[in-house]
Amino acid sequence: MKTEDLITLLATGAAPVDRHALARRFSLALLAGGIGSTLLMALVFGVRPDLASVAATAVFWLKVALPFFIGIGALAATVRLARPGVAPGYAWAALAWPVVAVWIAAIVLVWLAPADTRLPLVLGKTWRVCPLNIAFLSVPGFIAVFWALRGLAPTRLRAAGFAGGLLASATATLAYCLHCPEMALPFWAVWYLLGMAIPACVGAWLGPRLLRW
Amino acid sequence: MNRTTGNELVRGAEERLKALFVRGLAGDTAAYHAFLADLTAHLRGFLRKRLFHLQDDVEDLVQEILLAVHNGRHTYRPDEPLTAWVHAIARYKLTDYFRARSRREALNTPLDDELEIFATSDAEAADARRDLSTLLDQLPDRQRLPILHVKLQGLSVTETAKLTGLSESAVKVGVHRGLKALALKFQNGS
Repeated sequence: MKTEDLITLLATGAAPVDRHALARRFSLALLAGGIGSTLLMALVFGVRPDLASVAATAVFWLKVALPFFIGIGALAATVRLARPGVAPGYAWAALAWPVVAVWIAAIVLVWLAPADTRLPLVLGKTWRVCPLNIAFLSVPGFIAVFWALRGLAPTRLRAAGFAGGLLASATATLAYCLHCPEMALPFWAVWYLLGMAIPACVGAWLGPRLLRW
Repeated sequence: MNRTTGNELVRGAEERLKALFVRGLAGDTAAYHAFLADLTAHLRGFLRKRLFHLQDDVEDLVQEILLAVHNGRHTYRPDEPLTAWVHAIARYKLTDYFRARSRREALNTPLDDELEIFATSDAEAADARRDLSTLLDQLPDRQRLPILHVKLQGLSVTETAKLTGLSESAVKVGVHRGLKALALKFQNGS
Protein backbone atom coordinates (compact mmCIF):
# COMPACT_ATOMS: atom_id res chain seq x y z
CA MET A 1 0.00 0.00 0.00
CA LYS A 2 1.35 3.41 -0.92
CA THR A 3 1.51 6.18 1.64
CA GLU A 4 -1.16 8.18 -0.21
CA ASP A 5 -3.52 5.24 0.11
CA LEU A 6 -2.81 4.98 3.81
CA ILE A 7 -3.59 8.70 4.21
CA THR A 8 -6.90 8.23 2.44
CA LEU A 9 -7.63 5.20 4.59
CA LEU A 10 -6.93 7.10 7.80
CA ALA A 11 -8.89 10.20 6.79
CA THR A 12 -11.95 8.38 5.41
CA GLY A 13 -14.79 8.44 7.90
CA ALA A 14 -12.53 9.79 10.66
CA ALA A 15 -15.02 10.62 13.39
CA PRO A 16 -14.64 13.63 15.72
CA VAL A 17 -12.43 12.69 18.65
CA ASP A 18 -13.49 12.55 22.26
CA ARG A 19 -11.92 15.64 23.83
CA HIS A 20 -12.19 14.29 27.36
CA ALA A 21 -10.79 10.83 26.73
CA LEU A 22 -7.87 11.36 29.09
CA ALA A 23 -9.92 12.72 32.00
CA ARG A 24 -12.53 10.00 31.56
CA ARG A 25 -9.96 7.20 31.49
CA PHE A 26 -8.11 8.39 34.57
CA SER A 27 -11.32 9.03 36.54
CA LEU A 28 -12.46 5.49 35.78
CA ALA A 29 -9.06 4.02 36.62
CA LEU A 30 -8.84 5.87 39.95
CA LEU A 31 -12.38 4.89 40.86
CA ALA A 32 -11.78 1.22 40.00
CA GLY A 33 -8.43 1.22 41.78
CA GLY A 34 -9.82 2.93 44.88
CA ILE A 35 -12.82 0.65 45.18
CA GLY A 36 -10.75 -2.45 44.35
CA SER A 37 -8.05 -1.70 46.93
CA THR A 38 -10.57 -0.81 49.64
CA LEU A 39 -12.62 -3.97 49.06
CA LEU A 40 -9.50 -6.11 49.05
CA MET A 41 -8.32 -4.45 52.28
CA ALA A 42 -11.69 -4.98 53.98
CA LEU A 43 -11.95 -8.62 52.89
CA VAL A 44 -8.36 -9.75 53.43
CA PHE A 45 -7.08 -7.58 56.29
CA GLY A 46 -10.18 -6.01 57.81
CA VAL A 47 -10.83 -2.41 58.86
CA ARG A 48 -9.17 -1.63 62.19
CA PRO A 49 -11.82 -1.84 64.96
CA ASP A 50 -10.88 1.47 66.58
CA LEU A 51 -11.06 3.42 63.33
CA ALA A 52 -13.79 5.79 64.56
CA SER A 53 -11.79 6.96 67.59
CA VAL A 54 -8.49 7.02 65.69
CA ALA A 55 -10.03 9.13 62.94
CA ALA A 56 -10.52 11.89 65.50
CA THR A 57 -6.76 12.24 66.05
CA ALA A 58 -4.48 14.51 64.07
CA VAL A 59 -1.79 11.85 63.72
CA PHE A 60 -4.17 9.62 61.73
CA TRP A 61 -4.72 12.39 59.19
CA LEU A 62 -1.01 13.03 59.04
CA LYS A 63 -0.60 9.36 58.10
CA VAL A 64 -3.31 9.65 55.44
CA ALA A 65 -1.65 12.83 54.11
CA LEU A 66 1.52 10.98 53.07
CA PRO A 67 -0.01 8.66 50.42
CA PHE A 68 -2.52 11.37 49.53
CA PHE A 69 0.12 13.93 48.51
CA ILE A 70 2.33 11.32 46.85
CA GLY A 71 -0.77 10.20 44.95
CA ILE A 72 -1.45 13.78 43.79
CA GLY A 73 2.12 14.05 42.49
CA ALA A 74 1.93 10.62 40.84
CA LEU A 75 -1.36 11.52 39.18
CA ALA A 76 0.12 14.75 37.80
CA ALA A 77 3.16 12.87 36.48
CA THR A 78 1.13 10.02 34.97
CA VAL A 79 -1.33 12.32 33.23
CA ARG A 80 1.50 14.33 31.72
CA LEU A 81 3.47 11.25 30.66
CA ALA A 82 0.34 9.84 28.99
CA ARG A 83 0.58 12.42 26.22
CA PRO A 84 3.40 12.89 23.68
CA GLY A 85 5.59 15.97 23.99
CA VAL A 86 4.53 16.91 27.52
CA ALA A 87 7.43 16.81 29.98
CA PRO A 88 6.57 15.75 33.54
CA GLY A 89 8.45 18.85 34.77
CA TYR A 90 7.25 19.99 38.18
CA ALA A 91 5.25 16.82 38.64
CA TRP A 92 8.40 15.03 39.84
CA ALA A 93 8.89 17.80 42.41
CA ALA A 94 5.25 17.46 43.52
CA LEU A 95 6.06 13.81 44.06
CA ALA A 96 9.33 14.36 45.89
CA TRP A 97 8.30 16.89 48.53
CA PRO A 98 6.11 14.58 50.66
CA VAL A 99 8.96 12.05 50.66
CA VAL A 100 11.52 14.65 51.71
CA ALA A 101 9.18 16.08 54.36
CA VAL A 102 8.37 12.72 55.96
CA TRP A 103 12.06 11.77 56.01
CA ILE A 104 13.13 14.99 57.72
CA ALA A 105 10.36 14.55 60.30
CA ALA A 106 11.30 10.88 60.80
CA ILE A 107 14.97 11.65 61.35
CA VAL A 108 14.13 14.38 63.86
CA LEU A 109 11.71 12.11 65.76
CA VAL A 110 14.17 9.21 65.92
CA TRP A 111 16.88 11.66 67.02
CA LEU A 112 14.72 13.00 69.85
CA ALA A 113 13.56 9.58 71.05
CA PRO A 114 15.36 7.80 73.90
CA ALA A 115 17.94 5.35 72.51
CA ASP A 116 16.08 2.18 73.49
CA THR A 117 12.80 3.22 71.83
CA ARG A 118 14.35 4.19 68.51
CA LEU A 119 14.22 0.79 66.86
CA PRO A 120 10.59 0.01 67.89
CA LEU A 121 9.65 3.44 66.53
CA VAL A 122 10.89 2.46 63.08
CA LEU A 123 9.98 -1.23 63.04
CA GLY A 124 6.60 -1.04 64.77
CA LYS A 125 4.84 -4.40 65.00
CA THR A 126 4.08 -5.02 61.33
CA TRP A 127 7.21 -4.05 59.41
CA ARG A 128 7.59 -7.55 57.96
CA VAL A 129 4.23 -7.51 56.18
CA CYS A 130 3.49 -3.82 55.61
CA PRO A 131 5.30 -3.28 52.25
CA LEU A 132 4.00 -6.57 50.84
CA ASN A 133 0.44 -5.79 51.96
CA ILE A 134 0.60 -2.44 50.20
CA ALA A 135 2.01 -4.03 47.05
CA PHE A 136 -0.77 -6.65 47.17
CA LEU A 137 -3.50 -4.01 47.55
CA SER A 138 -2.04 -2.15 44.55
CA VAL A 139 -2.96 -4.90 42.09
CA PRO A 140 -6.45 -3.62 41.11
CA GLY A 141 -5.22 -0.03 40.74
CA PHE A 142 -2.18 -1.17 38.79
CA ILE A 143 -4.34 -2.98 36.24
CA ALA A 144 -6.73 -0.01 36.01
CA VAL A 145 -3.99 2.62 35.58
CA PHE A 146 -2.18 0.57 32.94
CA TRP A 147 -5.48 0.11 31.12
CA ALA A 148 -5.87 3.92 31.13
CA LEU A 149 -2.32 4.44 29.88
CA ARG A 150 -2.69 1.87 27.11
CA GLY A 151 -5.59 3.85 25.68
CA LEU A 152 -3.49 7.03 25.57
CA ALA A 153 -0.12 7.70 23.96
CA PRO A 154 2.85 7.57 26.36
CA THR A 155 6.21 7.94 24.62
CA ARG A 156 8.47 7.53 27.68
CA LEU A 157 7.33 4.09 28.64
CA ARG A 158 9.59 3.44 31.61
CA ALA A 159 8.80 6.78 33.27
CA ALA A 160 5.09 6.39 32.53
CA GLY A 161 5.16 2.87 34.01
CA PHE A 162 6.92 4.14 37.15
CA ALA A 163 4.48 7.02 37.67
CA GLY A 164 1.50 4.75 36.95
CA GLY A 165 2.70 2.11 39.41
CA LEU A 166 3.19 4.78 42.05
CA LEU A 167 -0.31 6.15 41.44
CA ALA A 168 -1.72 2.66 41.99
CA SER A 169 0.30 2.08 45.16
CA ALA A 170 -0.54 5.50 46.64
CA THR A 171 -4.24 4.65 46.19
CA ALA A 172 -3.64 1.26 47.80
CA THR A 173 -1.81 2.86 50.74
CA LEU A 174 -4.78 5.17 51.36
CA ALA A 175 -6.94 2.06 51.66
CA TYR A 176 -4.32 0.34 53.83
CA CYS A 177 -4.42 3.28 56.28
CA LEU A 178 -7.90 2.08 57.27
CA HIS A 179 -6.40 -1.20 58.46
CA CYS A 180 -2.81 -0.45 59.51
CA PRO A 181 -2.39 -0.14 63.31
CA GLU A 182 0.98 1.67 63.14
CA MET A 183 0.85 5.25 64.40
CA ALA A 184 4.55 6.23 64.41
CA LEU A 185 5.72 8.55 61.65
CA PRO A 186 9.19 6.94 61.26
CA PHE A 187 7.42 3.65 60.49
CA TRP A 188 5.51 5.21 57.57
CA ALA A 189 8.63 6.96 56.33
CA VAL A 190 10.31 3.60 55.81
CA TRP A 191 7.72 0.88 55.23
CA TYR A 192 4.92 2.83 53.53
CA LEU A 193 7.42 4.30 51.11
CA LEU A 194 8.96 0.89 50.48
CA GLY A 195 5.49 -0.54 49.88
CA MET A 196 4.72 2.24 47.41
CA ALA A 197 8.08 1.80 45.70
CA ILE A 198 7.48 -1.87 44.83
CA PRO A 199 4.59 -1.34 42.36
CA ALA A 200 6.37 1.75 41.01
CA CYS A 201 9.47 -0.30 40.19
CA VAL A 202 7.36 -3.10 38.73
CA GLY A 203 5.69 -0.43 36.60
CA ALA A 204 9.03 0.90 35.38
CA TRP A 205 10.09 -2.66 34.56
CA LEU A 206 6.88 -3.62 32.73
CA GLY A 207 6.23 -0.22 31.14
CA PRO A 208 8.25 -0.76 27.95
CA ARG A 209 6.49 -4.09 27.39
CA LEU A 210 2.91 -3.29 28.39
CA LEU A 211 2.65 0.27 27.11
CA ARG A 212 4.17 -0.15 23.66
CA TRP A 213 1.89 1.14 20.89
CA MET B 1 18.88 30.69 4.41
CA ASN B 2 19.25 32.87 7.46
CA ARG B 3 17.91 31.98 10.85
CA THR B 4 14.92 34.30 10.89
CA THR B 5 13.44 32.93 7.67
CA GLY B 6 14.04 29.40 8.94
CA ASN B 7 12.12 30.13 12.11
CA GLU B 8 9.34 31.82 10.18
CA LEU B 9 9.06 28.79 7.92
CA VAL B 10 8.71 26.52 10.92
CA ARG B 11 6.15 28.81 12.51
CA GLY B 12 4.20 28.92 9.25
CA ALA B 13 4.14 25.15 9.06
CA GLU B 14 3.06 24.88 12.69
CA GLU B 15 0.17 27.30 12.18
CA ARG B 16 -0.98 25.74 8.94
CA LEU B 17 -0.73 22.14 10.15
CA LYS B 18 -2.31 22.94 13.49
CA ALA B 19 -5.30 24.68 11.90
CA LEU B 20 -5.90 21.66 9.64
CA PHE B 21 -5.40 19.14 12.44
CA VAL B 22 -7.76 20.90 14.85
CA ARG B 23 -10.46 20.96 12.15
CA GLY B 24 -9.73 17.29 11.53
CA LEU B 25 -10.17 16.47 15.21
CA ALA B 26 -13.61 18.07 15.06
CA GLY B 27 -14.58 15.68 12.25
CA ASP B 28 -13.62 17.61 9.08
CA THR B 29 -12.19 14.72 7.05
CA ALA B 30 -11.03 16.89 4.13
CA ALA B 31 -8.94 19.04 6.47
CA TYR B 32 -7.66 15.91 8.16
CA HIS B 33 -6.64 14.45 4.80
CA ALA B 34 -4.80 17.66 3.91
CA PHE B 35 -3.09 17.62 7.31
CA LEU B 36 -1.86 14.04 6.88
CA ALA B 37 -0.60 14.74 3.35
CA ASP B 38 1.25 17.85 4.50
CA LEU B 39 2.64 16.05 7.54
CA THR B 40 3.88 13.19 5.33
CA ALA B 41 6.13 15.56 3.41
CA HIS B 42 7.58 16.93 6.64
CA LEU B 43 8.12 13.45 8.06
CA ARG B 44 9.88 12.31 4.90
CA GLY B 45 12.28 15.23 5.13
CA PHE B 46 12.82 14.62 8.85
CA LEU B 47 13.55 10.92 8.35
CA ARG B 48 15.67 11.22 5.20
CA LYS B 49 18.14 13.30 7.18
CA ARG B 50 18.23 10.83 10.04
CA LEU B 51 18.22 7.56 8.08
CA PHE B 52 21.01 8.49 5.75
CA HIS B 53 22.13 4.95 4.92
CA LEU B 54 18.71 3.42 5.31
CA GLN B 55 16.67 5.30 2.70
CA ASP B 56 14.68 2.14 1.93
CA ASP B 57 13.16 2.21 5.38
CA VAL B 58 12.04 5.86 5.23
CA GLU B 59 8.65 5.18 3.68
CA ASP B 60 7.91 2.33 6.11
CA LEU B 61 8.63 4.61 9.02
CA VAL B 62 6.60 7.47 7.54
CA GLN B 63 3.62 5.11 7.41
CA GLU B 64 4.26 3.88 10.92
CA ILE B 65 4.36 7.43 12.29
CA LEU B 66 1.22 8.44 10.37
CA LEU B 67 -0.63 5.51 11.90
CA ALA B 68 0.69 6.43 15.35
CA VAL B 69 -0.39 10.07 14.91
CA HIS B 70 -3.84 8.85 13.92
CA ASN B 71 -4.13 6.36 16.79
CA GLY B 72 -2.96 8.90 19.35
CA ARG B 73 -4.77 11.95 18.01
CA HIS B 74 -7.17 12.12 20.98
CA THR B 75 -4.20 12.99 23.24
CA TYR B 76 -3.49 16.30 21.49
CA ARG B 77 -4.65 19.49 23.18
CA PRO B 78 -5.06 22.53 20.93
CA ASP B 79 -3.46 24.83 23.53
CA GLU B 80 -0.12 23.05 23.07
CA PRO B 81 2.34 23.36 20.17
CA LEU B 82 1.66 20.71 17.53
CA THR B 83 5.36 20.56 16.68
CA ALA B 84 6.27 19.20 20.12
CA TRP B 85 3.47 16.63 20.00
CA VAL B 86 4.31 15.30 16.54
CA HIS B 87 8.03 15.37 17.23
CA ALA B 88 7.63 13.29 20.39
CA ILE B 89 5.69 10.64 18.43
CA ALA B 90 8.20 10.64 15.54
CA ARG B 91 11.12 10.35 17.96
CA TYR B 92 9.39 7.53 19.83
CA LYS B 93 8.84 5.56 16.62
CA LEU B 94 12.36 6.29 15.40
CA THR B 95 13.89 5.05 18.67
CA ASP B 96 11.74 1.94 18.50
CA TYR B 97 12.90 1.34 14.94
CA PHE B 98 16.59 1.70 15.83
CA ARG B 99 16.16 -0.63 18.79
CA ALA B 100 14.45 -3.30 16.69
CA ARG B 101 17.06 -2.88 14.00
CA SER B 102 20.04 -3.27 16.29
CA ARG B 103 18.45 -6.38 17.79
CA ARG B 104 17.97 -7.81 14.30
CA GLU B 105 21.48 -6.93 13.15
CA ALA B 106 22.92 -8.64 16.20
CA LEU B 107 21.16 -11.85 15.14
CA ASN B 108 22.00 -11.80 11.45
CA THR B 109 25.61 -11.48 10.47
CA PRO B 110 25.55 -9.62 7.16
CA LEU B 111 26.93 -12.43 4.96
CA ASP B 112 24.69 -11.54 2.05
CA ASP B 113 26.25 -8.17 1.26
CA GLU B 114 27.10 -9.03 -2.34
CA LEU B 115 23.69 -10.38 -3.14
CA GLU B 116 22.07 -7.31 -1.69
CA ILE B 117 23.39 -5.18 -4.53
CA PHE B 118 20.72 -6.55 -6.85
CA ALA B 119 18.11 -7.12 -4.23
CA THR B 120 16.50 -3.73 -4.60
CA SER B 121 15.82 -1.66 -7.66
CA ASP B 122 15.65 2.10 -7.96
CA ALA B 123 12.10 2.31 -9.24
CA GLU B 124 10.78 0.91 -5.99
CA ALA B 125 12.85 3.08 -3.73
CA ALA B 126 9.99 5.40 -2.84
CA ASP B 127 7.56 2.58 -2.10
CA ALA B 128 7.11 1.17 1.35
CA ARG B 129 8.76 -2.21 1.67
CA ARG B 130 6.18 -3.52 4.02
CA ASP B 131 2.85 -4.33 2.46
CA LEU B 132 0.07 -2.85 4.52
CA SER B 133 -2.66 -4.76 2.69
CA THR B 134 -1.07 -8.05 3.72
CA LEU B 135 -0.97 -6.96 7.36
CA LEU B 136 -4.59 -5.86 7.09
CA ASP B 137 -5.55 -9.35 5.87
CA GLN B 138 -4.10 -10.84 9.04
CA LEU B 139 -6.55 -8.97 11.29
CA PRO B 140 -9.57 -10.86 12.65
CA ASP B 141 -12.85 -10.29 10.74
CA ARG B 142 -14.41 -8.10 13.43
CA GLN B 143 -11.58 -5.60 12.84
CA ARG B 144 -10.77 -6.28 9.19
CA LEU B 145 -14.32 -5.93 7.83
CA PRO B 146 -15.07 -2.58 9.54
CA ILE B 147 -11.76 -1.17 8.23
CA LEU B 148 -12.42 -2.59 4.77
CA HIS B 149 -15.91 -1.11 4.48
CA VAL B 150 -15.59 2.15 6.43
CA LYS B 151 -12.00 3.07 5.63
CA LEU B 152 -11.32 1.56 2.22
CA GLN B 153 -14.74 1.57 0.57
CA GLY B 154 -15.94 4.71 2.32
CA LEU B 155 -19.24 3.26 3.56
CA SER B 156 -20.95 4.79 6.59
CA VAL B 157 -20.92 3.07 9.96
CA THR B 158 -24.64 2.30 9.62
CA GLU B 159 -24.21 0.72 6.18
CA THR B 160 -21.25 -1.33 7.42
CA ALA B 161 -23.24 -2.51 10.41
CA LYS B 162 -26.05 -3.71 8.12
CA LEU B 163 -23.61 -5.39 5.76
CA THR B 164 -21.59 -7.24 8.38
CA GLY B 165 -24.30 -7.93 10.94
CA LEU B 166 -22.23 -6.19 13.61
CA SER B 167 -23.71 -3.47 15.82
CA GLU B 168 -22.78 0.14 15.05
CA SER B 169 -20.63 0.45 18.15
CA ALA B 170 -18.90 -2.83 17.28
CA VAL B 171 -18.05 -1.35 13.87
CA LYS B 172 -16.54 1.77 15.49
CA VAL B 173 -14.62 -0.29 18.05
CA GLY B 174 -13.46 -2.63 15.28
CA VAL B 175 -11.98 0.23 13.24
CA HIS B 176 -10.33 1.71 16.32
CA ARG B 177 -8.87 -1.55 17.63
CA GLY B 178 -7.94 -2.71 14.15
CA LEU B 179 -5.80 0.35 13.48
CA LYS B 180 -4.08 -0.09 16.84
CA ALA B 181 -3.46 -3.76 16.10
CA LEU B 182 -2.07 -2.74 12.71
CA ALA B 183 0.40 -0.41 14.43
CA LEU B 184 1.64 -3.28 16.60
CA LYS B 185 1.97 -5.55 13.55
CA PHE B 186 4.03 -2.78 11.96
CA GLN B 187 6.51 -2.84 14.81
CA ASN B 188 6.75 -6.58 15.12
CA GLY B 189 7.04 -7.14 11.40
CA SER B 190 9.58 -4.42 10.74
